[in-house]
Amino acid sequence: MFLSPGLLTILVFTSIPALTILSYAFFKWTGFQREGFAGLDNFQRLFRFPWRDQFFAALSHNIIVFIAIMVIQTSLGILIAYSLYRLKRGQRFFRTVTFLPVIFSLVIVGYMWQVMLNSYFGPINKILTDIGLESWAQPWLGQSSTALPTLVFINLWRWVGFPAIIFLAGLNAISSDFIEAAQIDGAKEGQVFRKILFPLLAPSMTIITVLTFIGAFEWFDLPYIIGGSVGSPAGATDTLALMFYRLSFGSADSVSNDIGVGSALGVIIFIIVGVGAAVGSNLMRKREVEL
Amino acid sequence: MINKILTGTFFKGVLVINAIMVLLPVFFLLNSSLRETGSFSANPIELARDPQWSNFSQVWADGEFPIFLKNSLIITLGSLVFILIFALGAGFILGRYDFKGNSFIYGFVLTGMLIPAKLAVLPLFIQLKWMHLIDTHLGLILVYASGALPAAIFIMAGFFRSLPADIDSAARIDGASEFQLLRLILAPLVRPGMAIVAIYSAIPIWNDFFLPLVFLQSPEKKTIMQGLTLFFGEYSSQWGVLFAGLTIAALPLIILYLLLSEQFIKGLTAGAVKG
Repeated sequence: MFLSPGLLTILVFTSIPALTILSYAFFKWTGFQREGFAGLDNFQRLFRFPWRDQFFAALSHNIIVFIAIMVIQTSLGILIAYSLYRLKRGQRFFRTVTFLPVIFSLVIVGYMWQVMLNSYFGPINKILTDIGLESWAQPWLGQSSTALPTLVFINLWRWVGFPAIIFLAGLNAISSDFIEAAQIDGAKEGQVFRKILFPLLAPSMTIITVLTFIGAFEWFDLPYIIGGSVGSPAGATDTLALMFYRLSFGSADSVSNDIGVGSALGVIIFIIVGVGAAVGSNLMRKREVEL
Repeated sequence: MINKILTGTFFKGVLVINAIMVLLPVFFLLNSSLRETGSFSANPIELARDPQWSNFSQVWADGEFPIFLKNSLIITLGSLVFILIFALGAGFILGRYDFKGNSFIYGFVLTGMLIPAKLAVLPLFIQLKWMHLIDTHLGLILVYASGALPAAIFIMAGFFRSLPADIDSAARIDGASEFQLLRLILAPLVRPGMAIVAIYSAIPIWNDFFLPLVFLQSPEKKTIMQGLTLFFGEYSSQWGVLFAGLTIAALPLIILYLLLSEQFIKGLTAGAVKG
């Protein structure tokens, strides 16, 4: 009686829909109407014109975003976490500031940066012009070459506080005995970090990697808010989740949806995220033990 | 010695630069909300010396903004009620009793946590349509509750398990029913857990953009984050008003965060730190 309302809610609104999407992929669809059994036809269509090119372009963006976030955001997160960890006074203030962007809605973050990066009236280009870097000023979000890196930067602004706080918690959980023992043995700060603190951060690293992986392959909100459902400009910010959304619910330039192909894509994202997260966390757990 | 001072300065420098990077855009947002729209083309960065409070009244007078805010409030609080009550009940049973099927239920809840919610939207959309819950606040509330419940149940079960078992036996000897035990004795003791669950669930729901985009269609039912996209299109050339709108949407959480930053940080990292 205490247990069932919660479990029932999860069953009806999470588990059953997640299972049904697997079945959707094997049926023929017209609009939101299910028709006959389709076998693997939807999957085959996904890998033919015109979806094929879109799929691989979107997938490559997801992969680039994952790698970029892992490299830049995670290392900055560790750097900030360690700086906070070393700080004796004022830690609370800097911690609060570091985490502040994480509470912002991505809609607000997206629009705020969109205006700041505006090519003509935006403050970023204005600052660049004022300090003599006029040639650097450009339509950051409006051209294919810079749109995706700029989105990664905005994502960084919003998210970096999260890994920073996770790593800080990881550092604080490390017993000071290890550090004192190493210091008595004459280890320098850099050595203490490399040889003791960093390896002991492995559990936090696992969590961040898995969360980043899931986040990167389901990346939707920020690209949608800034580039719309078609990944403007010219598909430069398209992602698998955006493509899934277009196929499921239609989009500005092709109103009709294609639930069959959409579900097939959904199943593929599902497998990437599920398998990736499971394999990743297992591998890293093993590595943790070795360290 | 000099080396030590240099490294100390370096790490402090990291924090100061980071703080500037965070605070400057936020300050730009707040400051710009008080500037006159016409002044932006001359200079995008300028202190609002003569605060234009009329930007805010214009946002408010737009008529839709207060409705969007009200909708977001209804949806967030509505979801919270479901999440807190259901997680309290389920956490109580899972954390306090050892019974057959306990680990099976744990496994079920865990898979609920691992399912990428975004991908379930397509079947959910059709299911909600069939249940006549599409384009309703209740439908969205139930979907949010379902999404947040697995983690909420885990957190609550952990808090219940940490309470000594003697409490239960003492209450039962005194003749308390299970419901009284939970409501009168245990629930007050797991209040810190409820606070974490509340923040963990409420912030992402308030901020969410994706599910309202898919499940709500009528303009008068939209949430504030969805409403902002309409607003952004409508006022894209009136920067003062635009920033005032963004500020109104952002300010409630900023203020709450400044008051309760410890609880926010704990709550929003709750899923990740314990692992």
